[in-house]
Amino acid sequence: MAVSAEESRDAVQDAGGGVTGEVKMATRGLDVFYGENQALHGVDIDILESKVTALIGPSGCGKSTFLRCLNRMNDIIETCRVEGEVTFDGADIYDRAIDPVQLRARVGMVFQKPNPFPKSIYENVAYGPKIHGLANSTSELDEIVEVSLKRAGLFDEVVDRMAEPGTSLSGGQQQRLCIARAIAVSPEVILMDEPCSALDPIATARVEELIDELRARYTIVIVTHNMQQAARVSQFTAFFHLGEIIEYGKTEKIFTDPAEQKTQDYITGRFG
Amino acid sequence: MTERPTDAPLWQRSSGQLARLKSRHRAERRFKAYGIAALVTAAGFLFLLLGGIAYKAHPAFLQTSIELSVYFDPAVIDPEGTHEPEVLRRADYGALISRSLAELFPEVTERKEKRALQKLVSPSARHELRALLLDDPGLIGRTERISFPAASDLDMLIKGQIARDVPETERRLSDRQIAWIDALDEQGAIDLGFNHRFFTNADSRYPETAGIWGAVVGSFFTLLMTLVLAFPIGVASAIYLEEFAPKNRWTDFIEVNVNNLAAVPSIIFGLLGLAIFLQVFELPRSAPIVGGLTLMLMTLPTIIITTRAALGAVPPSIREAAYGIGASPMQVVTQHVLPLALPGILTGTIIGMARALGETAPLLMIGMVAFIMEIPEGPFDPATVLPVQVFLWADRPERGFLEKTSAAIIVLLVFLIAMNAIAIYLRKRFEKKW
Ligand SMILES: Nc1ncnc2c1ncn2[C@@H]1O[C@H](COP(=O)(O)OP(=O)(O)OP(=O)(O)O)[C@@H](O)[C@H]1O
Ligand SMILES: [Mg+2]
Repeated sequence: MAVSAEESRDAVQDAGGGVTGEVKMATRGLDVFYGENQALHGVDIDILESKVTALIGPSGCGKSTFLRCLNRMNDIIETCRVEGEVTFDGADIYDRAIDPVQLRARVGMVFQKPNPFPKSIYENVAYGPKIHGLANSTSELDEIVEVSLKRAGLFDEVVDRMAEPGTSLSGGQQQRLCIARAIAVSPEVILMDEPCSALDPIATARVEELIDELRARYTIVIVTHNMQQAARVSQFTAFFHLGEIIEYGKTEKIFTDPAEQKTQDYITGRFG
Repeated sequence: MTERPTDAPLWQRSSGQLARLKSRHRAERRFKAYGIAALVTAAGFLFLLLGGIAYKAHPAFLQTSIELSVYFDPAVIDPEGTHEPEVLRRADYGALISRSLAELFPEVTERKEKRALQKLVSPSARHELRALLLDDPGLIGRTERISFPAASDLDMLIKGQIARDVPETERRLSDRQIAWIDALDEQGAIDLGFNHRFFTNADSRYPETAGIWGAVVGSFFTLLMTLVLAFPIGVASAIYLEEFAPKNRWTDFIEVNVNNLAAVPSIIFGLLGLAIFLQVFELPRSAPIVGGLTLMLMTLPTIIITTRAALGAVPPSIREAAYGIGASPMQVVTQHVLPLALPGILTGTIIGMARALGETAPLLMIGMVAFIMEIPEGPFDPATVLPVQVFLWADRPERGFLEKTSAAIIVLLVFLIAMNAIAIYLRKRFEKKW
């Protein structure tokens, strides 16, 4: 039996849809506007700690917009206006007292297209810790760079070429470099916007493995157009459509027994 | 029905397709030919222009000199033996030169003839002699062979610009004078050599000693002032407008006005400079400081526009990456955007400076057209600049200034080409791929 969108949102709030655990980030009544256009309509969601949450939905439904609300990257878009509440460990991140620069150190981001800085591999990873003053000495910085590259599964491939530009790596390596760069500042949440869309299947598999390993330490939110990928890497899945959350719940539930007809249609490829 | 035999390979086409393909290739060849023709025409004109200037200019790099034995007669220079610089400065050096010439041609006794003989040596020779002696007062009482600049007419004769076969009345040199010149030449006293004075002197009334160095130094100080003022102000305004300013009616208004300023004729900036810097701030006339300020007004819009374009060309993904890691807006700009935009900014600045180097009209308005014989020592000294020097020399009636004008153009072009080469080098040097 199909449940209405209203009821499914209630289910999220009392975690009845199988969404149980420590809440890391949450949104309530989140509306986002680009000028006159409303891109998100009253989105409520709880993102659980140390879990991978996948966001799926047809193109233009507001997944990236939503993701960018979680670390206030929308602030740099002139026309963008955000209303509603977004919390991080219970604190409203759109509060005046919150500095977006500090927030982004705790909520890192990996983009769709690998975008390493046109600097050396070492500099790419060391940049974040440097600006946030996370290392007291060069040896400490070296260690942070090494650990981050190891966690991103890139260390062995680049250990002899740390001084080469990050842009000289292959696409898949660049994306893992961007992941290393994001984890070098020890964030608590990592947002990934279609991190594998520019990668081949082998590089994709490596990044997926990596996401699985990273889950132990970080809370991950990932946007993907690949249903298999969502099913493989995530524990929870939210289905977006036209700026609203249609359904949110455990990944197995969404993929095997969705409550909504639209979800069913989307994951079976009948629209989108 | 298709003309292609069924067993023919796939790339064989029907005659209709072949004809279309042929006409497409023809169109391409035609287009190429037009392009090459345009290039050849442009190159031809450029060659004619540069070749013409270089041909006219090359004699200016040579200068005839006359070598004379000069007796530094103590009775003329310092009759009382005081060795006071003031006395040495006042002495009649022209008399020393006349005496040397008289020794060579003892038969010349008539006053008018003597005058004609003295006219073979440049009038500025006595200044050179004085400078020589003031430098080394030990010369008094000695006889030295000294090379003097020849007068412009003699120089022109040696360079073949004055023909010998025209009637004497239509010539600037008399038959007598030519005879003396030939006599001097036979003694080996006349020499056509490299014109070092052109590269070390400032302007002069006499073409044989007029030099470009004063204008080069004037241009240097002027451009230095322009650069020091326009670069930081222009780049800072561009960064603010492009990266920080909110997009509203005010910034739109400013943007439109900056673009308009770039198109304002330069003479208007000269009038503005005259009204503000000379009349309100009462800065010295004809000085590089005022020239620099005026050219800054003219260069600022160019620098702002090119800097904004360079900043705008930095891919947004780099900004996102930096913001995403928690860089502050200032860090994003200074550590990521600016380094990537730097080649464009430098290129724009140098092109703006090159334009300023070639600018004449606004400088005429603030009095940088004065005749200045001193090499400026700082931005507050009266000076002229290269294009104005060209303008001034082109106006002189003396024949000798004709070649000087072309030579000054060559020097100006060399500086312009050097600046553009630096711009290209910097762009290549700092260019990074992403
Ligand atoms: N910078 C922007 N300015 C104006 N409108 C925007 C901007 N970014 C997104 N939008 C609009 O917001 C809506 C949601 O866009 P968003 O990028 O969030 O979609 P998405 O779900 O990420 O799509 P995709 O799967 O194609 O990446 C779209 O209608 C889009 O046109
Ligand atoms: Mg998107």
